[in-house]
Amino acid sequence: MTATAETRIPDPVRDGLARGWSVVDATTLREDVTLETDVAIVGTGAGGGIAAEMLADAGLRVLLIEEGPLRSSRDFRMRESDAYRDLYQESAARKTADKAINILQGRCVGGGTTVNWTSSFRTPVTTLAHWQATYGLRGFDEPDLAPWFARVEERLGIAPWTVAPNANNASLARGAGKLGIGWGTIRRNVRDCWNLGYCGLGCPTNAKQSMLVTTIPHALDRGATLVPRARALRLVLRGDVVDSLECAAMDASGTAPSKRRIRVRARLFVAAAGAIGSPALLLRSNVPDPYAQIGIRTFLHPTVVSAALMPERVDGFAGAPQTVYSDHYLDSMPIDGPVGFKLEAPPVHPVLAAITLPSHGSTHAAWMKRLPHMQVLIALLRDGFHPDSAGGRVRLARDGTPLLDYTLTPYLFEGARRAMVAMAELQFAAGATSVMPVHDEGDGYASLGAARAAISEFDLRPRATTVVSAHVMGGCAIGPDPRRAVVDETGRHHHLGNLYVVDGSLFPTSIGANPQLSIYAIAAKLATGIAGRLRT
Amino acid sequence: MPEVQPPASDVQLIPVNASRRRFVFVGLAGAAVLAGARWLMPSAPTGGSAPAGLTTEAADIVRALAPALLDGALPDDAAERDDAITRTVAAVGAAIEGLPPATREELATLFALLAAMPVRIFVAGVGGAWRDATVADANGFLVRLQKSRWSVKRSAYDALHQLTFAAWYADPRAWPAIGYPGPPALL
Repeated sequence: MTATAETRIPDPVRDGLARGWSVVDATTLREDVTLETDVAIVGTGAGGGIAAEMLADAGLRVLLIEEGPLRSSRDFRMRESDAYRDLYQESAARKTADKAINILQGRCVGGGTTVNWTSSFRTPVTTLAHWQATYGLRGFDEPDLAPWFARVEERLGIAPWTVAPNANNASLARGAGKLGIGWGTIRRNVRDCWNLGYCGLGCPTNAKQSMLVTTIPHALDRGATLVPRARALRLVLRGDVVDSLECAAMDASGTAPSKRRIRVRARLFVAAAGAIGSPALLLRSNVPDPYAQIGIRTFLHPTVVSAALMPERVDGFAGAPQTVYSDHYLDSMPIDGPVGFKLEAPPVHPVLAAITLPSHGSTHAAWMKRLPHMQVLIALLRDGFHPDSAGGRVRLARDGTPLLDYTLTPYLFEGARRAMVAMAELQFAAGATSVMPVHDEGDGYASLGAARAAISEFDLRPRATTVVSAHVMGGCAIGPDPRRAVVDETGRHHHLGNLYVVDGSLFPTSIGANPQLSIYAIAAKLATGIAGRLRT
Repeated sequence: MPEVQPPASDVQLIPVNASRRRFVFVGLAGAAVLAGARWLMPSAPTGGSAPAGLTTEAADIVRALAPALLDGALPDDAAERDDAITRTVAAVGAAIEGLPPATREELATLFALLAAMPVRIFVAGVGGAWRDATVADANGFLVRLQKSRWSVKRSAYDALHQLTFAAWYADPRAWPAIGYPGPPALL
């Protein structure tokens, strides 16, 4: 980045550090330390960020623990070469235990919100109704949540995107229009967006209203403390409360804990480490779990991919990455019937495209050479609403790090097959000359008939079918019944008085839409309750 | 050097470092073979000629497979091609250094398997040394991994695929050939 750009684009993080924010990079600690606070929050993503702001505003001392680094717009060079390594869990190569699903998940200050594609959907009403009917969840129906949605939408600039979609997204709209199926434009959490298309690599202009540039700076301005590059190892229990939190400073590489320890004493502890991290923290801590609920029912929106070639340039690497969607295949079937899927378009950057396209050698190279003409659709399967879609389970590896077992069931593969056909149909309707459903046996097909025939013959199975995920949900379900939930409807652990969960791991099912706004709103509701409790 | 035992069952206990009474418990026969190979060939420290993140043997394997994975993408000129492969191997090593310890260990095990001569014949179907493998050898090997119904071999294919393509296409020098203009300048 040039000196001109550096001086032109304000960097709220660097400015805040210059103002004297309390930020302690754990890798710089020279001795073990003990920190005291009112509220300790593990994780700085959508849940932790919102909670930090609201609790700091309530006059409470807040301490944030984050395993990833503190990076800011000045570091965001729009390069896949450093963004995946610096900002994502496991260099964006996190996988399920059987390696069948690649999981894109943030690991930096701001968590997923620093690297997500800005898609902002309220929790679908059908999802909320299912939670109420099936899990007895009270206080989370549409009228209950509406004010919380309105509040966080205002806070994070979530508004309709009125700029024309890039060609990748326009193709989705065009194809849906030709087929006569419903589609819509996606609201985004941006202010003064430059429409560059690099949201996934960290926003270089701070247009994206991630936690990194909104709630966390606000909390730090109110006296909160942030400790990046520290891994929360375990909660130390005393009777039926959490006494302290033991953390390890990460080593210089940032990939493994060092021997340096940080002990955090607090009145109240919030797990906001995401739907893999939070269950893992609770499992490592041996918190009471009489009904073996921790870590089960973890959901991913398993996602299948279809690549197409268009006669015109698409340049899917440029312009806001996700601005058009179709819920036709969610809305046209009952939520607990055959699995439905949401259609969206992803950014098409070279590394992301190259690692997703199947095969190698000349076949792979030929597709890559047509990158500017490549139009890509993704179908996100709505998991967790059917008995044959019970989700995954977070467990611990020998070194205490999380592993996610997730079985791709025949129920899900049936949906994957339908989704591949639906995407090919839409892409041909939009004018594609060739469509490749991303699967080992997939090739470019020149007609819908050929694609449909091939897809119907695919041997869909783990690893042969490319399945990815950018949404991790569940694993610490919220609900009134301790036999089926980890936390109660205030977010408090059913068996420990001062432990809360405030992140996407709360969800009893997947959301059926990109989850960030669901996390923001529910975090705001729960954090308000926590603040009220601590003030009294 | 002890012989590698073919897997006898789906669940095996393989001692990795008996002196420390450490055991790898694996649920797949394939993983057991990998663990055996690792025991057979404890990960050599990074050699002088290998880039950071890779043992000499692992670097040889990445170097041998890159021309097959990147066939059609590499430059035609022999010197440029060699230079491009060298950069790719270095970038794969750097990427591995950024992965969590457990993943690095898995990859070390994978490369140890591929480097161990008897295992190479048994699993891979490539004779001779990795350094001598032709593009056709490497491609044949990769296709066998890719088409395998054996879970661990399929995972090995995915790992090699992901590491090599990420290394190659992250490099701005690969961009002109695919029509990617690179990120915009923020002026």
